[in-house]
Amino acid sequence: MIRDITIGQYYRADSVIHSLDPRVKIVGTLLYIITLFVFSSFAGYAVAAVFFGILVFLSKVPLSYIIRGLKPVFFVLVFTAVLNLFWTPGESFFTWGVINLTWEGLYKAAFIALRLIFLVLGSSLMTFTTTPNQLTDALEKILRPLRYLHVPVHELAMMMSIALRFIPILVEETDKIMKAQAARGADFESGSMIRRLKSMVPILVPLFISAVHRANDLALAMDARCYHGGDGRTKMHPLRYSRQDFVAYAVCICYSLLIFVV
Amino acid sequence: MSIVLKNVSYTYGKCGSDCKQALKGINLEIHKGEFLAIVGHTGSGKSTLIQLLNGLERATEGEVYFGGENINAKGFSMKSLRSKVGLVFQYPEHQLFEATVIKDVEFGPRNMGQEPLQAELNSFQALKDVGIGEELLDVSVLALSGGQKRRVAIAGVLAMQPEFLVLDEPMAGLDPAGRKEIFALLKKLHRERGITIVFVSHSMEDVAEYADRVVVMNQGQIVLDGRPRRVFHYEKELQQIGLGVPQATQLAHCLMERGADITQDCLTAEECATAVLKWLGTRQ
Repeated sequence: MIRDITIGQYYRADSVIHSLDPRVKIVGTLLYIITLFVFSSFAGYAVAAVFFGILVFLSKVPLSYIIRGLKPVFFVLVFTAVLNLFWTPGESFFTWGVINLTWEGLYKAAFIALRLIFLVLGSSLMTFTTTPNQLTDALEKILRPLRYLHVPVHELAMMMSIALRFIPILVEETDKIMKAQAARGADFESGSMIRRLKSMVPILVPLFISAVHRANDLALAMDARCYHGGDGRTKMHPLRYSRQDFVAYAVCICYSLLIFVV
Repeated sequence: MSIVLKNVSYTYGKCGSDCKQALKGINLEIHKGEFLAIVGHTGSGKSTLIQLLNGLERATEGEVYFGGENINAKGFSMKSLRSKVGLVFQYPEHQLFEATVIKDVEFGPRNMGQEPLQAELNSFQALKDVGIGEELLDVSVLALSGGQKRRVAIAGVLAMQPEFLVLDEPMAGLDPAGRKEIFALLKKLHRERGITIVFVSHSMEDVAEYADRVVVMNQGQIVLDGRPRRVFHYEKELQQIGLGVPQATQLAHCLMERGADITQDCLTAEECATAVLKWLGTRQ
């Protein structure tokens, strides 16, 4: 029933982008996002589009997949565009009652919409090419210096990866419980809003109980294997920069400089 | 009233990307009054099969009939089907959610549109049937033991007054005493209430002891179907698909291979003991 939910939307492929160190990808995405807010002309978008196009080509992720990532933000996109279109003062080209459209508004709406689109596309390219586990690993490593400020970086990363690991398990569990309750005549689809919310109780209660049980079991299993936090812990696949990662950093910096120039 | 599966196939996912055919061309008729066991290797399609019986899953191909009516036809009431074909999932105690035992058992009958008083009466009766005493009616379900929880969960389905009771591995994770209790309960329901029992099991001993018909599944197909005594003749075939025969049957076969003159089929330890004693008697 709800088994098709995917989180992290990783797309498996064998490409240069996939094999990059996840830290490069995080830093690169950050730089890319910052640069999107720097330029104020459409020329900047042209450069960004070319750069992004090359990345997509290298990543071997089908363009249709990446564009599909826009679906969830579609409403926000239209909303901001319309707001900008109607409420920007300037030289009007169309007036009808209270509605007053301006050239500046049109320009701004297109500009902001494009910025949002590039933002979402850029970050979804990162999640397409990096597994959630790689991401948490990289975040842990990048945020490592914060340890000296007593931020529990390792613990946070561990919590994040456990949470990600549990998503498919809980989805499966929900599916099972829904079926079991449906066999007892539960109806999740019809009725008023309040009735439908109420019909969630027979699913949520068993789900919470089993999640707590699982968490307990996991804690015990970790204890049994002497887990004691991050100190002195080594990784099976330690993150190490290779030559291509340095090249990628260089490319990112060149791109940023180029944007600043434009 | 019987459940008929006609040429049923079931495929998970959409073909083209990643699909898995769980059932292929299943033809099966479950008659009223049977005590039917379904056995098969993990992933042989047993669980999918039983979910077709009450319309939780819809056959990709073929038809399922209940009492002569196609359950996927327009206007067929799924709700009444689900009350007539009660399905108890694996580890059913994981679906308990209400604050008290009686309230949880009432969930099914209330969903089926029974009057509150009637639902309570039926729930009370169902709990009595599964051996949960009155003193536990208002206890929290979380305070019960594992075996008790399972019996409450079964009562939750029984309270809908099904004509067919389908159970997916009702004994999984129970100790020997708990298993015996569950089977005694099923036998009682079968004999006294005339409820048709269908259960999935991995234990050939349980099948031999309780079922009067056994369906063997392998890779989404039914490979053997008949009385346990006949089905367990095919020891080699069963072993090839990762199953076996009851240990008593195996012992009798071993003795026969070594020259013992045991002609009778043995399904249970008692039958085997009788046969061995008889053979020893004829030797003297």
